[in-house]
Amino acid sequence: MTDTGIGARVLRKEDRRFLTGGGRYVDDINRPNQTHAVLVRSPHAHATINGINAKAAESAPGVIAVFAGADTAADGLGGLPCGWLINSKDGSPMAEPAHPVLAQGKVRHVGDPVAVVIAETRGQARDAAELVEVDYTELPSVVDTATAANPDQPQVHDEAANNTCYDWEFGDKAGADAGLANAHHVTKLDLVNQRLVPNAIEPRAAIGDYDSGEDRYTLYTTTQNPHVIRLLMCTAVLNLPETKVRVVAPDVGGGFGSKIYHYAEEALVTWASRKVGRPVKWTADRTEAFLSDAQGRDHVTHVELGLDKDGKFTALKISTVANLGAYLSTFGSAIPTYFYAPILAGVYTTPAIYCEVLGVFTHSVAVDAYRGAGRPEACYLLERVVDAAARETGLDPAEIRRRNFIPESAQPYQTPIALVYDGGNYQKNMEDCLAAADAAGFEARKAESAARGMLRGFGLCCYIEFCGAAPSAVAGALGARAGLYEAATVRVNPSGSISVMTGTHGHGQSHETTFAQLVSEQLGVDIGAVEIVHGDTDKIAFGMGTYGSRSLPVGGTAIVKSLDKVIDKGKKIAGHILEASADDIEFKDGQFAVSGTDKALAFGEVAGAAYVPHNYPLEELEPGLEETTYFDPPNFTFPAGCYICEVEIDKDTGVTRIDRFTAVDDFGVLVNPNIVEGQVHGGLVQGIGQALYEGCQYDAESGQLITGSYMDYCMPKASDVPSFAISTNETKSPTNPLGVRGCGEAGAIGAPPAVINAVVDALKDHGVTHIDMPATPEKVWRAIHGGATAMAAE
Amino acid sequence: MYNFNYHRATSRDDAKAKQGGAEDGSYLAGGMTLLPTMKQRLASPSDLIDLAGVSDLAGVRRDGDAVVVGAMTTHAAVAASADVAQAIPALADLANHIGDPQVRNRGTIGGSIANADPAADYPAAIVGLGATVLTDSREIAGDDFFTGMFETALNDGELVTEVSFPVPEAACYMKFPNPASRYAIVGVMVARTADGVRVAVTGAGPSVFRSAEMEQALSGNFSPDALDGISVPAGDLNADIHAGSDYRAHLVGVMAKRAVAGCG
Repeated sequence: MTDTGIGARVLRKEDRRFLTGGGRYVDDINRPNQTHAVLVRSPHAHATINGINAKAAESAPGVIAVFAGADTAADGLGGLPCGWLINSKDGSPMAEPAHPVLAQGKVRHVGDPVAVVIAETRGQARDAAELVEVDYTELPSVVDTATAANPDQPQVHDEAANNTCYDWEFGDKAGADAGLANAHHVTKLDLVNQRLVPNAIEPRAAIGDYDSGEDRYTLYTTTQNPHVIRLLMCTAVLNLPETKVRVVAPDVGGGFGSKIYHYAEEALVTWASRKVGRPVKWTADRTEAFLSDAQGRDHVTHVELGLDKDGKFTALKISTVANLGAYLSTFGSAIPTYFYAPILAGVYTTPAIYCEVLGVFTHSVAVDAYRGAGRPEACYLLERVVDAAARETGLDPAEIRRRNFIPESAQPYQTPIALVYDGGNYQKNMEDCLAAADAAGFEARKAESAARGMLRGFGLCCYIEFCGAAPSAVAGALGARAGLYEAATVRVNPSGSISVMTGTHGHGQSHETTFAQLVSEQLGVDIGAVEIVHGDTDKIAFGMGTYGSRSLPVGGTAIVKSLDKVIDKGKKIAGHILEASADDIEFKDGQFAVSGTDKALAFGEVAGAAYVPHNYPLEELEPGLEETTYFDPPNFTFPAGCYICEVEIDKDTGVTRIDRFTAVDDFGVLVNPNIVEGQVHGGLVQGIGQALYEGCQYDAESGQLITGSYMDYCMPKASDVPSFAISTNETKSPTNPLGVRGCGEAGAIGAPPAVINAVVDALKDHGVTHIDMPATPEKVWRAIHGGATAMAAE
Repeated sequence: MYNFNYHRATSRDDAKAKQGGAEDGSYLAGGMTLLPTMKQRLASPSDLIDLAGVSDLAGVRRDGDAVVVGAMTTHAAVAASADVAQAIPALADLANHIGDPQVRNRGTIGGSIANADPAADYPAAIVGLGATVLTDSREIAGDDFFTGMFETALNDGELVTEVSFPVPEAACYMKFPNPASRYAIVGVMVARTADGVRVAVTGAGPSVFRSAEMEQALSGNFSPDALDGISVPAGDLNADIHAGSDYRAHLVGVMAKRAVAGCG
């Protein structure tokens, strides 16, 4: 046994490096003879390009080259691909307009890349970029989600009539209509899930480095999935075999989804490094991040929930307009469809569910997965409408949920919308959370607040989500153009130290610790004997990367399955040396022992024998001790839980303060509770950020990004959140041998409805039934003074 | 950032000379606004004259019935000053809530007021406490210093050297911060002084202003209730994505009442 195995609160192996400034990010890397790229970006939301005059830029000090769309077209560069095909209701495929790496005659959002300037220094490149004369004719633009598909709106792409990418549906329309028609009561709600800017602390960066001797490229880039980037860039943009491209993703400072996608700058620096014969480095500044990192959410939704006379849900019907931005990002089409609608049953037994989604193009930055990705949007509308139904029917929010929970006894539960849940006691999560939050004491606290002139509200959310994407066959049937398995190689080195090559990528998730704990648990070695290798396509066989809380359920399982194979082989080696049948060898506490005897070999001795096979069954076993697994799970995993938020609102100013926040999550087995708690804290803060602070705004007329810096885009700060009261329940997931479910996104999924339900509860005596996120002080103040209708009309 | 010439001034006279000799020279105090603006290429002075080496521009001293703060005194130093805490705790409190710790440790009072950001905190103190701004050539009454949005009474090249705050009988600053930037959406300084009550509002309008109506009401009855029904005209106030002008007008009333209450 070791004390660094599954369940141990060991400190992170990454901490020493990160806390002492030893991290190595893309911008820390400098290649010999490196040049610097700066992009010329569109200042307009929509314009035709009549011409580009780069003469002055080309002759500016230090400038090596200026490339524009004509140059990438002349070299036959393809466009950035979309990885998921969505078919409309009528069976027609989605509109899939070209997404060029540099604009081809037209720009479609502020920040759309038009040209790239390459110079000796970044400053020179930036100076010269200002000298590139682009002759634009400005065109009218559309940024509004709700009205983008109106026929009189400016068109983003000729190929997408009425700015419609797809008009998609999911579920049982007739059943939902009947369920609503026969309902005792129907609760209706219109809500907006506002656009968010991901804001990873490290801006994106990329270095392209062409080696003419080997005729081979290396791309260093800030990505969550280096193999996916290699695949997409080679096959869709640069037309190269994978053997000619190495992609390295070193330390990456946060992604939250925004670093999943293949971006134009990655292909540009790679391509340009051969054109100029020198490495080309690009690092975004924060303004560029606001103008070019794929953004999140941006739904406008109408929801109707039917109830019978006992408060049981009879049907749920949803109509959503989802803003996809100006171009389809890598997974942009899938997030508001297959990552959204299938989870709309929530934790309830609603028998009939229907959801339609109109995906629209607008003159704005592309929208794609952002922490939670589709599931926060689903959870938000569901938990909001459930609370609204409770209010309208006079039921307590907890009681209405009790009447509708999927009982534990019904697990595994087949929802009416495709998914089969993998276990969990949703009511227990809520009851535990109510107890931990001292729900019974709320009225007394509310009275105490009232005595100080403050409004107090109580907000509940019972979330469920799906993680560990997931069965490749299912994803393929739904339009995915990729598999969703994960690969891992466990290499036992001759002295017994262990290298694990994983296709996932850590950028804040602490894989180097968590994955080492899996090895420690299974092989009985200390985590210090384990290195986790990730982020380099030359070192790792293959991988699909890290997103959707998949790394542990899918990538971790690939590791433990490889460990199983290592142990199996070790038993054969040990059996040979100990002159016993491999079937009689037990592996326990780091030793291979003959059952019932004291004959045993240490793990390191077996590893040594595998590499120095003097006494070895060579006729039946190869030397070496290295195993690889590709794991494709049979199902998603389904973390679920309950969050309770208690707010206090200053009615004179509209300021909402979160006084208490209680979380009970069921993530299955926890490998490292410290790290899980960190993930929950981070997720909750991000969710609170959406609920109260963050909101990306474009000017309706000009299409300019108004919230283009931290002066206007409000990030949550440490002083904005309370100390969280968090705990977990454990229902082992049957989907993987570890029994884990994934914990990376839950907080961002469950927190927004908990916070807004609390805000609405606090304001209910002022006639408020709805408020859109972010519930800023001004909005809350107006809701108090103007009532709910004023807000809805805004 | 475009190229510029950097100079480190060694004295007030040296700073003046270097600024005067530059084509488009700008003094550099804490640089909390100037440097980000230059990085965004929205400002491009030909020369920066760094005042950090002018040792007699920084520091706080008590001078009779006034507290005198050197132009290069950081917000953190004002917040931590025993003289300020003892004589004008409202000023220490104001300084202690400007920006974040990094800003407070670099930003200076002289730089802040010369920049005259309409949402900065210090203008409320200069006007609300009836301070006097001292420059290399004259004294400017606080009431006359701020002339508009990012506009002051300073002449080109005129160097702020000190700010003299008369010690009030009581004062309190209440700020409603912009949740994103922590600048004041509305900040109200209320002071009871030997010359009467002063109410100065920053953040709400294009420039700091006094509310004569509030001052008059409080002169007769220095209590929050005295401000009931009194507001500032919303039409004159700023409106942006964070706060409409009617909301700002409302907040001026709320913050003013709280500041009165805070005067004890």
